[in-house]
Amino acid sequence: MRSFSLLSRSAGAAFLTPAGLLIGAFVIAPFFWVIYVSFTNRTLLGRTAMNPDFVGFANYFSLFDAASFFTRGEFGFSLILTVQFVLLSALAGQAALGMLLAWMLQSVPKSLKRLTEAVVIAAWILPEVVVAFAWFAFLDYENGTLNMIMDALGLPPGDWLLSFPFWVIVVFNTWRGTAFSMMLFNSAFSSIPPSYFQAADVAGATSWQKFRDIGLPLIRGHVVTDLILITMWTFNVFTPFLLTSGGPSYRTEILPIYTYRVAFRDFEFGKGAAVGVIVMLINLVFALFYLWVTRRRAKGVAA
Amino acid sequence: MASIRFDRVTKKFGEFTAVSDLDLEMGDGEFICLLGPSGCGKTTTLRMIAGLETPTSGRVHIGERDVTFMHPKDRRISMVFQDYALYPHMNLADNIAYPLKVRGESETKRHARAREVADVLKIGHLLERMPSQISGGQQQRTSLARALVYPSDVYLFDEPLSNLDAKLRLEARGFLNHLQRDMGMTAVYVTHDQAEAMALATRIAVMDAGKVVQYAPPLEVYRRPATTFVANFVGNPPMNLLPVEAMVADGNVQLKAEGLSAAPLPVSRAAARALDGNTKLTLGVRPEHLTIARGGEENTISGALFANENMGPETLVTLERDDAARFTARIFTDESLALRGTVKLGFASEHVHLFDPGGTRLPMDHESA
Repeated sequence: MRSFSLLSRSAGAAFLTPAGLLIGAFVIAPFFWVIYVSFTNRTLLGRTAMNPDFVGFANYFSLFDAASFFTRGEFGFSLILTVQFVLLSALAGQAALGMLLAWMLQSVPKSLKRLTEAVVIAAWILPEVVVAFAWFAFLDYENGTLNMIMDALGLPPGDWLLSFPFWVIVVFNTWRGTAFSMMLFNSAFSSIPPSYFQAADVAGATSWQKFRDIGLPLIRGHVVTDLILITMWTFNVFTPFLLTSGGPSYRTEILPIYTYRVAFRDFEFGKGAAVGVIVMLINLVFALFYLWVTRRRAKGVAA
Repeated sequence: MASIRFDRVTKKFGEFTAVSDLDLEMGDGEFICLLGPSGCGKTTTLRMIAGLETPTSGRVHIGERDVTFMHPKDRRISMVFQDYALYPHMNLADNIAYPLKVRGESETKRHARAREVADVLKIGHLLERMPSQISGGQQQRTSLARALVYPSDVYLFDEPLSNLDAKLRLEARGFLNHLQRDMGMTAVYVTHDQAEAMALATRIAVMDAGKVVQYAPPLEVYRRPATTFVANFVGNPPMNLLPVEAMVADGNVQLKAEGLSAAPLPVSRAAARALDGNTKLTLGVRPEHLTIARGGEENTISGALFANENMGPETLVTLERDDAARFTARIFTDESLALRGTVKLGFASEHVHLFDPGGTRLPMDHESA
């Protein structure tokens, strides 16, 4: 196939240069700089701020130090917490709840479906800070909405952010991200010809049977895409910091917050960079898996 | 098996009335065709039997059960869809056996039953294939097999043959006819193809704009179309319709039109009464009842030769009169090939249909009632 170009090579290069320079300066250069820093004992202040020493894999070894690995506030604790956070809020929360909502939307009148979609999108486009503050207000001990509801129901109020900080960020992230999964599954379901479900209706299938035998198998590709994307996003989400700052006593310190604390609160740039590199590697695995799945799917469609 | 009854059923979509005040009884073991142009409400009627649409008002009964608001899965029905609705991720065996799966049958049992039905429909050798790997005709039979695999009170067909090419359609039509004779199933069949309706139905309900215009056995619909709409819809090519002047005298009606020479026509007393004051009527003659005039015909009509289409067994001869009205005849002899210029066609009085200005058929003298 011959390719046609709108621009000459030199004009194209000229247009690409500004963006290329910016990406080079703010993405690619820091990428390599972080890898370099992770092998030093660089700090913000003191002697090692100006003249850091090359320490080899010392930062990495300290992260995986068996004696303190599972201690609160250490890398291992944070990693396990993050895995739990992803499993509960992304997979069990966003994906499962999103799937349930999307499936239920298939059998409601069109007007109600449109309204739900509009409300969900509206909630989704709110800025993170606004959402976090709204949740802060919702959970406040003295004047929070949740405690008012509890009070009205005759139940004792709770100091949610102190007593159940991990569950708060799990529910928060579920609430925050379900819209995406719901919209994705919803549009995937809508692409299935209605006669498939009608034929199943006539044949005597229940809603659960239709979901299990027809709906889910036919959108399997979308589900895989969704799971990879939300796992990646949840793995890297920083917003819970706005609610709990990683506390109390590191109980909500998921990896992005842990990285931030080590590098920019404790000012251990070297160690923080090492965490960053590990997170980067984990993300790389997700990304490669995602690319592999989508390529395989594209091939499957072509074949 | 069960009968079906519509009791003053109306279905509206917003402002649009798809089905209007429908009363219809379909007997046990009958094969009913709902025939009409697109948008006439035939598919909506079928989907109300299936439970895929709910009437705006009125009731629907299957047998003794009021199913108006019943979920499709509880109605004991089977349906064949226009697009076949085969599941692309299941092979043919699983597709056919799916209704048994949802009923909790074991895999061995349901696959045995699927094979049984597939063998009857001559697709038994394809059971391991996926729907995308078989032809349109085979897909059609697979969806038929899925409808037949479990016992149902009523079988519903939504234009099942319309996605097939002409040759396959004839074959499938013959097969459906055979199946109906074999099983004696109660079936409701939606189509816009009058030939399908004629070939398959025990009774045809011709629908127009949400109403049933005529509900009768195929031959009755063909021989005594209730209105000009039915006359125009049933028959291929459709019945010739021509505006005429009519004068009633001594129990006879005399028709007049350009190029028409008609013998006085005895009409029934009822028709004569109905004719009173009606001087403008519509004359209808089927193309197959016209012959090339040799003299001595009761009635003749002439016009300039417009088209002369040889179909093999017959020739379609179309005449055009000065007022641009056209008249088509099916001529079964070869003499039509030599026709030139002005042509005169003859027809017998027993083949004359008359319609009043509202389009309703007038009963003729030789017909009872």
